Amino acid sequence: MDSAWCDLVIDPVGNLLVAVVLMAISGMPGLLIRRPGVGQRLAVVVTLIATLSGAAGVFRILAGAAVSRYLVAWPLPFDGCELAADHLSVLFLMPLLLATACCALYGRAYLPAEQHPATEKRVTLFLGLLSASMALVLLARNGVLLLLAWELMALSSWMLLTTDLRDAQVQRAGTVYLLATHTGTMVLYLFFSLLHTQTGSFVFPADHSISSQGGIAAVMLLAALIGFGAKAGIMPLHVWLPGAHANAPSHVSALMSGIMLKVGLYGILRVVSFFQTVPLWFGWLVLLLGGVSAVVGIALAASQRDLKRLLACSSIENVGIIVLGLGMAFVGMANTNHLLIVFGLTGAFLHLINHALFKPLLFLGSGVIIHATGTRQIDQMGGLSRRLPGTGLLFLAGSLAICGLPPFNGFVGELFLYLAAFHEGMHAPLPFMAFTAPLLAVVGGIAIITFVKLYGLLFLGTPRRPQSRHGHEEPAAMLVPMVVLAAFCLVGGIAAPLLARLVIPAVTAYSGLGQSLIMELVAPVPLLTVSIMNAVLLGGILLIWLLWRQMVLRRPVASTDTWGCGFLAPTARMQYTGSAFAELSGNIFDKSGTPSVRLAALQPLFAAPSRFCPAATERMLDRLLIPAMTGVDWCFSWLRRMQNGHLYLYMLYIFITLFALMVWSYL
Amino acid sequence: MVSLADQLLVLVMLINFIMLGTSRLAFAIRAVAVQGVVLGIIPGLLHQFSGHLLMITASMILAKGIVIPWMINDAVRKAQIRREVEPFIDYVPTLLLGAVFTALAFVFAQRLPLAPEHRELLFVPASIATLMTGFLILTTRRKAISQVIGYLVLENGIFIFGLLLTDAMPFMVEAGALLDLLVGIFVMGIVINHINREFSSVDTSRLQALREE
Amino acid sequence: MVSSVIHIVLLLVMPPLLLGVINKTKASFAGRQGAPITQPYYDLARLLRKGSVFSSTTTWVFRAGPVVTLAATLLAALLVPLGNHPALISFTGDMLLFAYLFGLARFFTTSAALDTGSPFEGMGAAREVTYACLVEPTLFFVLITLARMSKSLSLTPMFTYPSLPVWLSSGAVMLLLANALFIALLAENCRIPFDDPNTHLELTMIHEVMVLDHSGPAFGMILYGAALKLFVLGALFTNLILPFKTGNMLLDWGIFIAAMVYLAVLIGLVESVMARLRLVRIPQLLVAATILSAFAMLLVVR
Repeated sequence: MDSAWCDLVIDPVGNLLVAVVLMAISGMPGLLIRRPGVGQRLAVVVTLIATLSGAAGVFRILAGAAVSRYLVAWPLPFDGCELAADHLSVLFLMPLLLATACCALYGRAYLPAEQHPATEKRVTLFLGLLSASMALVLLARNGVLLLLAWELMALSSWMLLTTDLRDAQVQRAGTVYLLATHTGTMVLYLFFSLLHTQTGSFVFPADHSISSQGGIAAVMLLAALIGFGAKAGIMPLHVWLPGAHANAPSHVSALMSGIMLKVGLYGILRVVSFFQTVPLWFGWLVLLLGGVSAVVGIALAASQRDLKRLLACSSIENVGIIVLGLGMAFVGMANTNHLLIVFGLTGAFLHLINHALFKPLLFLGSGVIIHATGTRQIDQMGGLSRRLPGTGLLFLAGSLAICGLPPFNGFVGELFLYLAAFHEGMHAPLPFMAFTAPLLAVVGGIAIITFVKLYGLLFLGTPRRPQSRHGHEEPAAMLVPMVVLAAFCLVGGIAAPLLARLVIPAVTAYSGLGQSLIMELVAPVPLLTVSIMNAVLLGGILLIWLLWRQMVLRRPVASTDTWGCGFLAPTARMQYTGSAFAELSGNIFDKSGTPSVRLAALQPLFAAPSRFCPAATERMLDRLLIPAMTGVDWCFSWLRRMQNGHLYLYMLYIFITLFALMVWSYL
Repeated sequence: MVSLADQLLVLVMLINFIMLGTSRLAFAIRAVAVQGVVLGIIPGLLHQFSGHLLMITASMILAKGIVIPWMINDAVRKAQIRREVEPFIDYVPTLLLGAVFTALAFVFAQRLPLAPEHRELLFVPASIATLMTGFLILTTRRKAISQVIGYLVLENGIFIFGLLLTDAMPFMVEAGALLDLLVGIFVMGIVINHINREFSSVDTSRLQALREE
Repeated sequence: MVSSVIHIVLLLVMPPLLLGVINKTKASFAGRQGAPITQPYYDLARLLRKGSVFSSTTTWVFRAGPVVTLAATLLAALLVPLGNHPALISFTGDMLLFAYLFGLARFFTTSAALDTGSPFEGMGAAREVTYACLVEPTLFFVLITLARMSKSLSLTPMFTYPSLPVWLSSGAVMLLLANALFIALLAENCRIPFDDPNTHLELTMIHEVMVLDHSGPAFGMILYGAALKLFVLGALFTNLILPFKTGNMLLDWGIFIAAMVYLAVLIGLVESVMARLRLVRIPQLLVAATILSAFAMLLVVR
């Protein structure tokens, strides 16, 4: 017994398990304490301790500590309850721990118990449970345990999402999310049942142990792609995502977008590793889905009018980029093209970590903005950087990073994907892979449209509505997590080799290629040069800034109104709005977001009122899925008669089932 | 010389894109004329000089470069057609579709069981791409004149394929094809005139008013 | 060593000359005498000595816009080979940094425009980001095609690769690339037929309308940055269409300078004989350029 407890401190996986348990129970003391705020503070402290413990485990595994497997005794008849951590799990645990700590700290100031007594217990409890369940998914080595953790993750995120009980929109988004996630889980049941038929056990098989030939393997791969992909928000399965991320409290959105989507990707990666090889069609399918998600996701984002919905759509894009990288790697595995495997995986993993840094940063920033202005409508804001200078700077850093612009970290991940595409174009075993480079370029271009629009309309110019004139900088508890995330973004760009060192172990372990081969392939990638160039860029900006200041200060400086091109009474409402900014690109890339304008005919003297209708933004959900579901509902409405509330009838159903089973066993 | 012919075929494919992208009818007619002339030159680059060759080259350039464009221009003038192409699908999407079809043509061409000496050349992909461009123009453009242009492009595609059959290309076959085309143009001219007189427009989609209900 | 010095001096000094040559060409086409070709230098010197006026609605972003744009453009300029002289900094994948540095410059130029709160500048910013986004794939198709032809992943070998034998053996591809790159060059530098740098009708402009509120040294930096961008992209284009290597260093530089001046005359020529396109037609031309370059890649990759 003693040694087991010692293990939890000495062993890295033990550290991680301690972290999981601490995160899970962090909100529980608060349930019993009546004074508001105490439980919340306690939860923050416990979560921070948990993440420290987890970080210790993660760094020891990265440093090469031996990894043990834990077998927990459980009374369920689903084989051994195994827990372990390998480099793949660690890759996802790193951002998880960081984001958990940041969001817990932020949440204390975002929804302080003193002002939100009704939601305190709910948010505190389920935030801890969400983090713990996500970590458990990453550690589980048993299908049933994974499904349990998966379900816990889905339910706790749903409870967090529907925190605001009075808002009908929030409740609708919650329902859509719950339906989508359970549809995905249903497909996962199919997957794990099929896995059981193949291996005879619910414990995960060893890597590369299942044949990838034949129909069952194809069904399993597809089921995993659908089940886990629905959670990751890959394109046709993304319908729940914008609503859920937009309506959740901001720090929950940050956690969902930054981490929970990645847990879905972890599932796909884990499952693919079971198979001996990856079928070529699967690789191309994943690549295609990634490309579609990236382009359509960012085109959707560009035309959004809701701040958080825009960020959510951009999450679809970023997941698309990651999936594109994974698709490259899978195609490479099917063709034993080592360069493609290594560059695809490295690019995808780097982008995964990067996105888990800048997307939470942007969501946390959006929380500050919502606090300050009380709205999520981009078109009603403006001029915020005067009142929220710190948030403005941090948001700018996040925006630059998410566009992949130097000197931030986003560029480093995309560099690998571009180089993979260029290499294929150059040596052309797979010339069509080269088309991914211009595709990524278009995605990058639309990302710049999107985030110039977002940053410019939120923070620059003058306020567009009187009510968004107020607001002031938030307490340090909200800014510190953002500063930490932004600092990581900058460090990732200036110290790119360090960033790459975090993911190389995972690439090595996952690809199964030798360390030396990978080093040889990665060596020509100019990570150090890029870092130096980024530093030079920062230095150059500083130098030119100083020179310019000298020049300006020696001459007279005047201040006046913005030139209105001769118009003498410009008002704030004459500024360009977000809809106007995105209209031109919307006409080219995504016509669905274009608002409909109905101009009235001119009557002899007066014009009748004209109408300007913003377009619906969720076409897939509104036009396709909901009508389809209504149709299904209609088809099965006769079944509802069975559900009539009479207890004795239910007993009768049970009896009939039992009887039928007995007859069946007799036959 | 073969490599020069290859470069000319690139020009032919570029003219396909021009035809898909332009909004002006006169420009499209001129482009198809240039395409015909370029195609007329190519046999001269490939084969030994002979009277037969001279006949083909001269008749190609004469028919496709001068006579047919002149006839079409004449029809445009006589029928007083608005000089825009009026597509069913907008220009940029048709351009993109054309690009996709051209890419697919290259893919198909790789799969075809070709003689090894033809494998590296552009003839087959250029032929398929031109053929598909012709179909694209036929299906996406509204005006009868554009349809004629579409037929011409289609025929050009077939001609490129014929170039591959080096010496075996019988003069009579090509002459027959040209004759077919001339007849086709005449028929179209008559049709255009009739549509114009009947509906005072040359919009082929009006023809659906003729079907039985 | 001498060559590198010439390289740096040309890079820093020559860009405004191109603007002067363009304007002179346009003037002589219009039958005017026109300003001397050194006029842009005088303009810059004057602007740097002027005082500044800032709009009261602006923040530090407005002031940082020209600074970051100039810094990013300068860094990108270091990655480009001039004539037969390799770039000052060259490494695997530098073309990606090159493209993204222009992205950074664009982000800050357009943000600075939005900072003024002027509807016109917002309009210009929206156009700038949208059209630049359509140019991006053209640039990448050109780069991939050249990467494949030259079997290298860096701007210097890619753009010093074109030579006379290359032009003779795959002239069609090179011609396609040159055309696509020329269209991209005109669009990125906001020249006719995409944008009219001389008009003062705010509603039709793209780049000029974004910088309406800048003044003094900041505006000088913007002018210089724009000239530098023209010079950098022009140098890429010149390298593509100039397949001559004499081996004599000074002669090579002479050829390069002559070619750049010739390019400026060519741009002036285009501006004199063409009208500005309607805004809705601009995406069409840019997509056509993308298709040209994609077609070139298809021919090479096949």
